[in-house]
Amino acid sequence: MLILAIDTSAVASAALVSDDAPESVVASFATEDTRSHAEVLAPGIEQLMAEAGLDGADVDAIVTGVGPGPFTGLRSGIVTARTLAFVWNKPLYGVMSLDAIALEVAESTDAVPEFIVATDARRKEVYWARYTLADAQLPQLLDGPHVGFAADLPDLPVYGAGAGIYADLVKAVPEFSSRQPEALSLGQFALARLDAGEALLDSTPLYLRESDARVPGPRKRAL
Amino acid sequence: MNRTQHSDRPLVLGIESSCDETGVGIVRGTALLTNTVSSSMEEHVRFGGVIPEIASRAHLDAFVPTLRQALADADVTLEELDAIAVTSGPGLAGALMVGVCAAKALAVATGKPLYAINHLVAHVGVGLLQGGAGGPDAGPGSLPESGLPENSLPENLGALLVSGGHTEILRIRSITDDVELLGSTIDDAAGEAYDKVARLLGLGYPGGPAIDALARSGNAKAIRFPRGLSQPKYMGTAEEPGPHRYDWSFSGLKTAVARCVEQFEARGEDVPVADIAAAFQEAVVDVITSKTVLACREHGITELLLGGGVAANSRLRQLTGQRCSAAGIRLTVPPLSLCTDNGAMVAALGAQLVMAGVAPSGIGFAPDSSMPVTTVSA
Ligand SMILES: [Zn+2]
Repeated sequence: MLILAIDTSAVASAALVSDDAPESVVASFATEDTRSHAEVLAPGIEQLMAEAGLDGADVDAIVTGVGPGPFTGLRSGIVTARTLAFVWNKPLYGVMSLDAIALEVAESTDAVPEFIVATDARRKEVYWARYTLADAQLPQLLDGPHVGFAADLPDLPVYGAGAGIYADLVKAVPEFSSRQPEALSLGQFALARLDAGEALLDSTPLYLRESDARVPGPRKRAL
Repeated sequence: MNRTQHSDRPLVLGIESSCDETGVGIVRGTALLTNTVSSSMEEHVRFGGVIPEIASRAHLDAFVPTLRQALADADVTLEELDAIAVTSGPGLAGALMVGVCAAKALAVATGKPLYAINHLVAHVGVGLLQGGAGGPDAGPGSLPESGLPENSLPENLGALLVSGGHTEILRIRSITDDVELLGSTIDDAAGEAYDKVARLLGLGYPGGPAIDALARSGNAKAIRFPRGLSQPKYMGTAEEPGPHRYDWSFSGLKTAVARCVEQFEARGEDVPVADIAAAFQEAVVDVITSKTVLACREHGITELLLGGGVAANSRLRQLTGQRCSAAGIRLTVPPLSLCTDNGAMVAALGAQLVMAGVAPSGIGFAPDSSMPVTTVSA
């Protein structure tokens, strides 16, 4: 199975993963900055496909990170994935974006049985989720995702860029302190779950916050 | 595929997402095949105005269904398209982002060339669509008899665009590469002023239709509200124009209406809502049309196209028509479904660019929420 994975919950990234490839990696790219999704995502995907010598017909499924993440960037990846899936007539799945980092934690030598993944939610908050880990298994989501202040996180090791920003408030794991969710790990996570016969999400974004809109109150009368 | 074989009547799909309408339109040359629109307007009613984040969320969910519907309505496949066009600005940044990313994905998935298009110029491009081949949404009668001749714009063309998001007067020498902004609002758009005043008067959203309807039973002369930027220091003369000769300002007008309402309330009198609505509408329409006709006269514009959602306003249509005919200016008003934001206008301008041999934009451009009208395509 060949999956095209896309995640724009923080940086813009895309990857081709396949269970026929070593470590399941066919090709991938990720930007460093978090504000150029509209410019770089489509050219990145086009180049990825061209360099791998693949076109839409070769793809078996499309996977998109559904956040949480800053809204405008998050939507750019989801609408891209939805459109590609529509045109190529392929199944579309969603994966919670923090799962991408959780998988990298599980595969690292720093892994602990219970941990937090956190990314920057701006406005002095983090997006976070709590995972448990058992030998030779995918990380299991125990709680979340949530949005909140770093100081209020459970007292566990925290992995990801959200920990790096608030290293004075949380038990940040240094090796992961600038790690962002990326499509490669997201795609690998999706592939592993599908191979294990487990379900994925649909492509509904996990905004976690309402829009800031307020219903205006009644106008004050002069008397 | 040989793309040049269709260059005389290219099949173009246009995508619009700059405000609260998700639009997908398809044209073949100047013939309209479909104009499919999904609006999030209802979701903004309780807020009394367009909420950008709510509009963006709605675009994300409406895009693929709207695209699917448009292809079905026009009975065309993506493979048949010659090009794709998308609004890349001006507009709400987060809303533009959804349409632009969708259009780029469509271009990647189909291999079709993509044009990044100026929303304001697209409002003018819709005037080039022919009435006869109008799709199901083109409206009864479609384009009026004064519709512009096929495939070419008249000499001395101007456009007055009035909506909830913009208020501009443009001069168009070439729709593909020479558009000039003569004047615009320096604060609120006219439609925005309608929404704010409607709220002051306890009317519903959108404010335009509510005020237009109520104004019919009011006396527009009962109160006189200010016409913004019409004092000599702003106007200057034709020879030595002031800093805002063809510009508008509506924020002072909104304040004047608020003060007027407060004065009636402070005196314990009933607020004459219909009179205020009529007087407000007269102030807006008077200053829009007088400055437009002035700009037309002083720039030799003899053909004027009216666009934008406020083109639905009965008094604006009436007074623009009267003043244009008195000044010898021929006025064209497209059907309302083509005046409000839609994908057909984007497709129409895209087709003009293809026919003019303009190079596509590629897929590396960024949406530009303040794209100037001098940039017809990115
Ligand atoms: Zn518009």
